[in-house]
Amino acid sequence: MNILDVKNLSVKFDTPDGVVNAVNDVSFSLGEGKTLAIVGESGSGKSQTAFGILGLLPKNGHTAGSVKYMGTEILNLPEAEMNKYRANEIAMIFQDPMTSLNPYMRISKQLTEVLVYHKGMSQADALKESIRMLDAVQIPDAANRVRMYPHEFSGGMRQRVMIAMSLLCGPKLLIADEPTTALDVTVQAEIMDLLIDLQEDFGMAIILITHDMGIVAGSCEDTLVMFGGNVMEYQSTVDLFKNPQHPYTRGLLEAVPRLDQDVDTLSTVSYDFLTGAKS
Amino acid sequence: MSEPILSVRDMAVHFDVRDDDAPGLLTKTKKLKAVDGVSFDLMAGETLGIVGESGCGKSTLARAIIRLVDATAGEAIWMGRDLLKLSDADMLAVRKDIQMIFQDPLASLNPRMTAGEIIAEPLKTHFKGMKKAERREKVQRMMEKVGMDPTLINRYPHEFSGGQCQRIGIARALITNPKLIICDEPVSALDVSVQAQVVNLLMKLQKELGISLLFIAHDLSVVKHISNRIMVLYFGNVVEVGTSKQVIEDPQHAYTKKLIASVPIPDPEKEMERRVERRAKRAAAAK
Amino acid sequence: MNNITEVKGRSLWSDARRRFFQNKAAVAGLIALTTIVLISFIGPYFAVWSNEEIDWDVMGSAATLGMPSFESGHYFGTDDLGRDLYSRVLQGTRVSLMVGVIGAGISVLVGTIYGTVAGYVGGRTDQIMMRTVDILMSIPFMFVIILLLVVFGRSIGMLFLGIGLLSWLDMSRIVRGQTLSLKNKEFVEAARATGVSTPTIIMRHIIPNLLGIVAIYATLLVPAMILTESFISFLGLGVQEPLTSWGALISEGAGTIRYDTEWQLIAPLIFFVITLFSFFFIGDGLRDALDPKDR
Repeated sequence: MNILDVKNLSVKFDTPDGVVNAVNDVSFSLGEGKTLAIVGESGSGKSQTAFGILGLLPKNGHTAGSVKYMGTEILNLPEAEMNKYRANEIAMIFQDPMTSLNPYMRISKQLTEVLVYHKGMSQADALKESIRMLDAVQIPDAANRVRMYPHEFSGGMRQRVMIAMSLLCGPKLLIADEPTTALDVTVQAEIMDLLIDLQEDFGMAIILITHDMGIVAGSCEDTLVMFGGNVMEYQSTVDLFKNPQHPYTRGLLEAVPRLDQDVDTLSTVSYDFLTGAKS
Repeated sequence: MSEPILSVRDMAVHFDVRDDDAPGLLTKTKKLKAVDGVSFDLMAGETLGIVGESGCGKSTLARAIIRLVDATAGEAIWMGRDLLKLSDADMLAVRKDIQMIFQDPLASLNPRMTAGEIIAEPLKTHFKGMKKAERREKVQRMMEKVGMDPTLINRYPHEFSGGQCQRIGIARALITNPKLIICDEPVSALDVSVQAQVVNLLMKLQKELGISLLFIAHDLSVVKHISNRIMVLYFGNVVEVGTSKQVIEDPQHAYTKKLIASVPIPDPEKEMERRVERRAKRAAAAK
Repeated sequence: MNNITEVKGRSLWSDARRRFFQNKAAVAGLIALTTIVLISFIGPYFAVWSNEEIDWDVMGSAATLGMPSFESGHYFGTDDLGRDLYSRVLQGTRVSLMVGVIGAGISVLVGTIYGTVAGYVGGRTDQIMMRTVDILMSIPFMFVIILLLVVFGRSIGMLFLGIGLLSWLDMSRIVRGQTLSLKNKEFVEAARATGVSTPTIIMRHIIPNLLGIVAIYATLLVPAMILTESFISFLGLGVQEPLTSWGALISEGAGTIRYDTEWQLIAPLIFFVITLFSFFFIGDGLRDALDPKDR
């Protein structure tokens, strides 16, 4: 059984200037323990797709279509029921870990709280489990560091804490929204490697939302390319890079300068397909 | 390409920052060595790329050269004169020849000014006698040069896209015919497709006008594409300088090697191999 | 190159104006306020009595003969001395609004310049300037004004001086905070890199970007000033007879309410309340219209 089946998902926003279609007719499915990349530039609707799935849209946002988690429809569930899924089944990490970490609380408190609240663990067990999880995300000296505050960690370490926190309840699906965009390249590589190692250890599925084709190449089985709220291309990552079907995908791939290749001028993305599709 | 137009020697920038770990009740300060003895030469018409992770001092170095922050020590010889020792009036004259492009395309433009006013600001500063009509014509010609529609001269920054805003920033930097442009992460806030356009524009303009570029970025692929030479900074120090080819294909310093190994390559098979290598290296390091 | 037609830009101000006029409460406030200002200036031409004249017929029996009526020409009735309340309320409105506007005006002018200089120059100058503000703020405001009025005698001039002296303190703090954050913006850095002089940077780059918050705060300051003046007048220390203000009128009206002359309280109170509400609604509307977070 697929862990997630998304069919014809669309996200609309009511704004003072009228209805904005942020996401149109997005469909994909994700097998257990698999990784899907959603790639797109700003405004492509890639993040809104994730927020739509999790029911995390602002009040003026509406979703339509179908999102099945392990065969159960979870789109537009009441808040209380959705919360159960968000805590135990589907976790999400963001570009800026500080959005999810409370700056005035020790890491230990923030991690144990999740376990005590959702799993009914005792404080002592929860602390032990938290330290184990910090170890798992390769934070050195976890037993002592667990007592620190978020600002005492570097950006990369903070993102590791976030990942640890999201994995505490053993989710089957992790949605990572630009998890490495704010980090240095060397740290980015470490975090991406970590995510993949953890995926192998914990067996969860990952949806990776990113703008960077390079990251996609190294870590995802399938790739979904979005532009202007629409799916441009959806196929296996290896095929997508070897033989991109859509002109937009081709454009994106060629517009990035590469370390292993030399070109005189970068080719720019052509948007001819937009007019071509309409006429 | 014989005489350097800019020689930086042993430049150091130290900041006093609060030392939270110091004992006692009074706030104590400690020295943060943002730039710690950097030397390099920039040739006329050359692009020198400066890479390094955030906090390595690359932006501070650039700002110290044009005296937006005070250097603690060292010199920056610009056409035979030390910029750091110039009087304010002499420095003002030099500023006409050294311009800067910033990272955040929107934040680097005053939201209350029109594109025309923004691009014209250096002209107003350095050519005080210029007639309004002449200034306007220059601005419009420059807008065309950077690939913008000159009829949009009265538009405000928020009416432009990120790429267009960066073009305004480039036009502002070019309008006084400078000899050197310092680009501080000019494309890192832009989408991939826009990034390619801006990079191409910068390279084209450089070729046409023969200006030198100091191109600061954290993205090694972009730096490699645009630069003749690359300088790698790490914690305020130069760890490696060389031609782009040398630095990328035959890195000497351990940090440079790690950096190159970390840059993702949009090719699934190569990326897989590289990850396996990285994993092996980490395992070896752990032992 | 000169024969091309240039596209007109849409400035942030025109955007804000559009948003402001979409806000019903703010527009209602603006209309109400404009109406009150117009009445206070045009109204006197329709008055039968001046604000000083005493209607000797009414004097002594204000509760019965001083009722609001069109026949006697006392549209709002009379006060206890038989003076026409319509004229007095209009005159009081002018005084109170003037106090509010001038107080806010001083605060905008002094506060903006002081705060911008402190924030932009920074360092020791900033320290000295802001500590001075702290010290001034720690002086009990009301006490000083009352003292001034008692020592130098009651006069509008003294009232303006007292209010104006202290009203700019908050403004300078707000402006300084804003300046500090603007100062590190890249567009200011760009101007510095080009060699734009400090005064020009302040005038061209800092102040125009501050005006939004200054405008919001100033509209909220006007009612605060009016309230201060009213409080002082309520204590009997404000403007001097025969001139009056809302505070003085409300105080009188409240004092005589047990003689069945409730109109003496209601008439000035309505003006007072409508004006305050209008200012708050306008201030709110301005904040929604100008708030950069919404952009």
